[in-house]
Amino acid sequence: MATITIDEKKFEVDPQLTVIQAAAQQGIEIPHFCYHPKLSVAGNCRMCLVEIEKMPKLAIACATQVADGMVVKTRSERVLKAQHAVMEFLLINHPLDCPICDEAGECKLQDYAYKYSIGASRFDEDKVHKPKRYPLGPNVILDVERCIMCSRCVRFADEIAHQPVLTFTQRGDHVVLTTFPETQFDSPYSMNVIELCPVGALTSTDFRFRARVWEMSSTESVCVGCARGCNINIWVRNNEILRLTPRQNEDVNSFWMCDEGRLGTFKFVNGPGRVSSPWIRKDDRKVTVGWDEAIAAAASGLKAFKKGEIAGLASAYATNEDNFAFLKFMRDVVGTKAIAFLEHTAGEDDDLLIRADKTPNAGGVRALGIGSNADSILRRINDGAIRALYALEDDIAANPDWKNALAKLEFLVVHSPVENATTELADVVLPASTYAEKHGTFVNFQKRVQRIRPAVATTEQDRALDGFAMSRWDKFASHNDRWGKGPRRDARPSWRIVQSLAGAMGTKWKFTTAENVFAELAENVPEFKGLRYLSIGTRGALLRTPQRVTEKA
Amino acid sequence: MSQNGKMIRKEDLSFWQRIYIPEILKGLRLTFMALFRRKITIQYPEKRFTPPDSFRGRPVLVEENGVERCVACGLCSRVCPALAIEVQANETALEKERYPEKFEINMVRCIFCGFCEEVCPEEAIIMSKEYELVFESQEEAVFGKDKLLVPIEKVRDRLEFLHKHR
Ligand code: SF4
Ligand code: SF4
Ligand code: SF4
Ligand code: SF4
Ligand code: FES
Repeated sequence: MATITIDEKKFEVDPQLTVIQAAAQQGIEIPHFCYHPKLSVAGNCRMCLVEIEKMPKLAIACATQVADGMVVKTRSERVLKAQHAVMEFLLINHPLDCPICDEAGECKLQDYAYKYSIGASRFDEDKVHKPKRYPLGPNVILDVERCIMCSRCVRFADEIAHQPVLTFTQRGDHVVLTTFPETQFDSPYSMNVIELCPVGALTSTDFRFRARVWEMSSTESVCVGCARGCNINIWVRNNEILRLTPRQNEDVNSFWMCDEGRLGTFKFVNGPGRVSSPWIRKDDRKVTVGWDEAIAAAASGLKAFKKGEIAGLASAYATNEDNFAFLKFMRDVVGTKAIAFLEHTAGEDDDLLIRADKTPNAGGVRALGIGSNADSILRRINDGAIRALYALEDDIAANPDWKNALAKLEFLVVHSPVENATTELADVVLPASTYAEKHGTFVNFQKRVQRIRPAVATTEQDRALDGFAMSRWDKFASHNDRWGKGPRRDARPSWRIVQSLAGAMGTKWKFTTAENVFAELAENVPEFKGLRYLSIGTRGALLRTPQRVTEKA
Repeated sequence: MSQNGKMIRKEDLSFWQRIYIPEILKGLRLTFMALFRRKITIQYPEKRFTPPDSFRGRPVLVEENGVERCVACGLCSRVCPALAIEVQANETALEKERYPEKFEINMVRCIFCGFCEEVCPEEAIIMSKEYELVFESQEEAVFGKDKLLVPIEKVRDRLEFLHKHR
């Protein structure tokens, strides 16, 4: 341990740390652009200059290791002067783009201009002009004028994404960030540079100019793109998801997420393909009906079969709560043991985040004791032994074998957020809420239970009363404001639909929230013992292993 | 209430005020004198009022060379105390990079404060001299780009006024 003094306070710190790290641990902010905890130290922006006693010149805190007895000043007059100078220098050629810059509102340069600069420039020559729309790859567009040459993106491409295609060319104020000739930055992780960039130089092709950051609400959730379950924020305006961004969790995804997850997992929530209301099939036609009628149709349909003739397919896309309620229903109300779920894998695990398992919850379904061997159910449907099927949120018919089998069924009840090949074959379709519209938990491949929270309101939810994150627009919209009338879907979380169905078949359950369902789940399933929504929090919590040893990831 | 905010009670009145008639005559004298002053009443709607350049009528969007100046930054929308403005940006091939795909002002919400004009970095939204706003429904009061865009020639005096008083 080394004893150092920062701004006249003494601290005991690890001697391996740099000054900026030691200060951060003690809650002291040293401004920085190029330093990032997950990247190598470049030391090129000079924003982190501090005064260290017995050193003749100011030193950069990001590249200076602490030493016993070191005395550091982060707010002395010399330091302030240096910070003002660095800011003035960075702003010489920086365009006055804040009004049209997507970063505005979450920009380090903007914030530091308030905190660490005198706010005046002595430069009255013409600014250097550079390309404003240079695509680095399919998902990232560079505005060269806004770049402050911190090289974070270059180091990310080299060190984390392992696709070293970014570099600087030219010198002085003509420096330009670019890709090597005939290459493009199309790594599966390319979009992480957008948040990594301390300014608005790197923008998302998808989100570019769609909204100002202060217009959206952000909700802590989990990506459903694969079994990693990267922690994310869901950004919503007018009940529409506009972007997903990674949320730091060192145990799961650090600061990152993959482009596939970021772009591919939210459009269906907004999308036109949603099931707009419950419907049933009458004389080969889809008839839109109310919830009660649809539930009654499902109940009377299922009652027409013996319990041995009914099977259930749980879903690795649904939450633990949904699957638990489903399992309870199939076992206790229907009385069948033919329950399984389908796995969905594609490609291979890579060495950063992406997992071959493309579902967020396969670990949870297994922990509930549901197996993934659906083949016997498939065979018995084909044999005619199973005549009715109840399936949770999964497009089973996307698999041709299952498609053929489903066509042979006499009765098929499906929960689904979207119209798909499976709903095409169903007799009763019940619109299920998506992951962005409900509370619940998933279990990732590390056996970490993580919570999702509603960000998009359905018809029966109220943003204010149900504790949603609210943007300014949400708070003040009244009945006649078009910007408060974003489409809401008539969907319900699967556990509630299952509860209604159980009620219609004569078994009353008393769950009122997803948390109630989880509490009963945690009581009954040994791996979940002792877990509660509160203890899972925003970082997740590990399941107990069957040997009852708590492990650390 | 007196001017300094103190309550005037009956017992505070002077003798002459209490006998009432002299005060009435004072008032009538004022009315009589007004008969000989310059008339300021306008026979609206036969005659129309032309407001001075400082007047804050309904906000309009400035159109220059056939396109709106607005870059859809949303600052007016953010500053508007009445939440009257909704802007949806999109990308354009023009040099300004972004433009308002949708720009709506709810004239029922607008309180004609002129904050939007003050905050706009492009001088794209300004207060016009238009004060006649009549609607038959709430929906009609939401003005889109079709009603908001005004060619720059028609708003020159306001722009000049703004430049002079910056
Ligand atoms: S684009 Fe952004 S991250 Fe990359 S060097 Fe420029 S400022 Fe840094
Ligand atoms: S790695 Fe998986 S969980 Fe993470 S963002 Fe990508 S798809 Fe989502
Ligand atoms: S004048 Fe005031 S109230 Fe009206 S739109 Fe502009 S900022 Fe809003
Ligand atoms: S402040 Fe001006 S440029 Fe920005 S959105 Fe409003 S009118 Fe357009
Ligand atoms: S953060 Fe230290 S030089 Fe950039």
